[in-house]
Amino acid sequence: MTRTGTLILNVAARLLLPLQLLFSLFLLLRGHDEPGGGFIAGLVAAAAFTLYLFAHGRRAMSEMLKVSPRDLVGMGLLFGVLSTLPAWWNGEPFFTAQWWTIPVIDFKASTPLIFDIGVYLVVVGSVLMAITALVKTDQHDDES
Amino acid sequence: MQLALLSGFVVAGFAPLLHRWFGARTPLVMALLPAFLAAWLMGLWPNVTSGETLLLEWAWVPGLDITLTFLIDGLSWLFAMLITVIGALVLIYSGEYLRGHRDLPSFLVVITAFMMSMLGLVLADNLVTLFVFWELTSLTSYLLIGFNHTDPDSRKAALQGLFVTAGGGLALMAGLVMLAMAGDSWSLYELVQRGEVLRDHALYTPMLICLLIGAFTKSAQFPFHFWLPNAMAAPTPVSAYLHSATMVKAGIYLLARLHPALGGTDGWVITLSLVGALTMVTGAFLAIHHTSIKKLLAYSTVMALGTLTMLLGVGTQKALIAFVAFLVGHSFYKGALFMVAGILDHETGTKDVTAMGGLRQVMPLTAVVAGLAALSLAGLPPLLGFVGKELMLAAVLEAVDWRPLLLALALVAAILTLAAAAIVALRPFFGRRQETPSTPHEPPRAMLAGPAVLAVLSLLFGLMPGLLDSLASVTVAGIALEGGEGGAAEVHLALWHGFNLPLLLTFVSLLLGLLVYRHWDTLRTWLARLDPLMKRGPEAGYDALMAGMVAFAYWQTRMLQNGYIRNYLVMTLLVLVGLVGHALFFRHAPEFDLVLSVYLHEAIVVGLMVAGGVSACVMRSRLAAVAAVGVMGFSIALTFVLFSAPDLAITQLLVETLTVILLVLVLFRLPHFATLSTPGERLRDLVVASLTGGLITLLMLSVLAGERLPRISDYMIANSQPLGHGHNIVNVILVDFRALDTLGEVFVLALAAIGVYAMMRFHASSQWTQPSPRKNDDD
Repeated sequence: MTRTGTLILNVAARLLLPLQLLFSLFLLLRGHDEPGGGFIAGLVAAAAFTLYLFAHGRRAMSEMLKVSPRDLVGMGLLFGVLSTLPAWWNGEPFFTAQWWTIPVIDFKASTPLIFDIGVYLVVVGSVLMAITALVKTDQHDDES
Repeated sequence: MQLALLSGFVVAGFAPLLHRWFGARTPLVMALLPAFLAAWLMGLWPNVTSGETLLLEWAWVPGLDITLTFLIDGLSWLFAMLITVIGALVLIYSGEYLRGHRDLPSFLVVITAFMMSMLGLVLADNLVTLFVFWELTSLTSYLLIGFNHTDPDSRKAALQGLFVTAGGGLALMAGLVMLAMAGDSWSLYELVQRGEVLRDHALYTPMLICLLIGAFTKSAQFPFHFWLPNAMAAPTPVSAYLHSATMVKAGIYLLARLHPALGGTDGWVITLSLVGALTMVTGAFLAIHHTSIKKLLAYSTVMALGTLTMLLGVGTQKALIAFVAFLVGHSFYKGALFMVAGILDHETGTKDVTAMGGLRQVMPLTAVVAGLAALSLAGLPPLLGFVGKELMLAAVLEAVDWRPLLLALALVAAILTLAAAAIVALRPFFGRRQETPSTPHEPPRAMLAGPAVLAVLSLLFGLMPGLLDSLASVTVAGIALEGGEGGAAEVHLALWHGFNLPLLLTFVSLLLGLLVYRHWDTLRTWLARLDPLMKRGPEAGYDALMAGMVAFAYWQTRMLQNGYIRNYLVMTLLVLVGLVGHALFFRHAPEFDLVLSVYLHEAIVVGLMVAGGVSACVMRSRLAAVAAVGVMGFSIALTFVLFSAPDLAITQLLVETLTVILLVLVLFRLPHFATLSTPGERLRDLVVASLTGGLITLLMLSVLAGERLPRISDYMIANSQPLGHGHNIVNVILVDFRALDTLGEVFVLALAAIGVYAMMRFHASSQWTQPSPRKNDDD
């Protein structure tokens, strides 16, 4: 399944990956006001890595990703749970959204954003986990 | 303060790291946490003994009326103190007992988490919070009992404990919900002031039954007592902690807490008195049946728990004073004795008391500690156990219902307990020196510290029971029935009450108990004849139930989950049609007006969708079918665009793309369509599909036609910017308004991914080989 070969796909995947990742970050960060958000951004990033996987194979994609998709899922869940905690610090109910403005760049940071990043990571991790699991089994079949 | 408690869970998580820093001293460092909490509680002593009720309020999930409020009065202070003090001692002890054990860090994690759960349980004011901590103690105790996880017996005992207590937990949850409904509050503090309302409520009986099942399973009352002795498979520090002051006392705590709200009725008095008395005798009787020192102590714990339940059942002021004194006394001596049992096991290499003897010469200090604690267990002066037992006998002498029966049972239990105490204290230390698997000598100081402190406390409070007066007064006032006789009376505990009937009874039980001890060996062979009968006890019922459940699960799995995904789909859709259809047609008659004003481009999109659907059904190649389904999906995305829902459209597009990729990946692994469905199956599928489609269409039309319910989207639209600081309503709903739902969904997604991963791995490792259509040149 993980077939390398066509030159156009190889080059396109290499060039498109950073663009797609940038786009996914863009979607993630603007999601609160414009169409976008963690889920969609996660799907875009997952699609980007999937394209890369088809062009260059599983091993190359794992090297590009650096972390295992399983760890991404775990980190995402952790972010999701962590975002519920700052409200406690202010004595407000569990999960109340907290907003802070970072002065110099005038960026509005918030617990919903942390939560959205968690969603993003879980989506990327889950999709890639399923796809690499399928691809891996293929490879195993070939060896056996 | 809630944060301090929760920080305990964090500290628990850091135990492995601490272990890296402090090595074998980690338990000592960790013991600082309960010691600190005990000191903090000690600081509250003046408030508590002046009868004040402290409410530390903290909203947790206000929308659901769930708070993390702590309620500190005499009762919860007493329990919290026992938990922290004995917890600190047990931690110190376990450092020596498990010295160099491979799993010491994970043991520390779990026992600290358990300690915190237990504290949360006794301090919680909110019923939901109480239940959460209650279940946490069940879970953590499961891990503790099964600590020797390579031993199948240990695993079995842990699972048994979990099933019994978590099963009871389900009943408890039902009971708590009914309690909250009847009392119209989730706060224990408020509920105990509404006893009148609760006792007259129609739900009183079912509520009482559910709550009692919960408490009885946790506190090992007959017929659920069997899990506790089996839990002795745990390492001794766990037994010393769980079965002296904590886990098994949770049920007792709940009963005491609810006594003012629910107690005093015939149902309460009779059930608790009789179940308690029966448990008391069963425990005492089974205790002398065993030669393993830990089992013996475990059954005597069952006896003590029965006594406490019985006293709550009797419920007079005297009985409640006896309850407090007995509770404290039992926690001290039982903790000490379990730790002594651990020392004996550790030093001699055996748990069998008949294999030990004459250890007094090699371990004199241990012998003294064991002797003191056993005197307290036996209920002899001048120890706290004596004060408790005298009061217990006095309370039983004044019981209103069933007095002769209760008295007879209490006397039998006292005799047998005395014999058990003699077995524990005399048998290993006196008599002829016996060879044991390893050569015993005095244990390290850290190991002796715990039992020594507890034994000395037993003696101290026995000589000066007046120290407990003020605490006992407020505790009794807190758990007495409102309006009951003398709720706020001053309590005076004393060692010496003069020559009276309880003292005579103690004397009788001393004589008879020593007689039983003298003839213990003959008695045991005689009792061995009862073994076949014992095998038919409640535990056999548990085993049969578990076997039955497994058989049922096997049967229903084969019936319902036969591995054909089409059957699952048909089943799911039919259930959907049934439920939604029922609601739609019988509860809200569907009404709609069909207005057909369609633009051309909309008709084209719908046509594409239909064409995709139909071709997916008739295609003979899998790849083509997937493509057809893809066409349908993309058309749906197009619909979202037409009706200006960009978020949905993007999501749909991406999901569709990835689904096609996943499907193609799967399809390559499957053979060609070997058999197509028979005409009969196709007809069935057609019927189910049409039903589902038709119903959903009807549902949509009727939703659009009449606005029966207020639209929730109006609120979201109005508040998205002011409350959520975002213009994209979809996103604000996902990550702010409905973030808890999203969190749940994200967890489901992660679980699904793990499921796929595990399933594929399973297939990869099994002998499931399929010729792959392409060569893999990945490597």
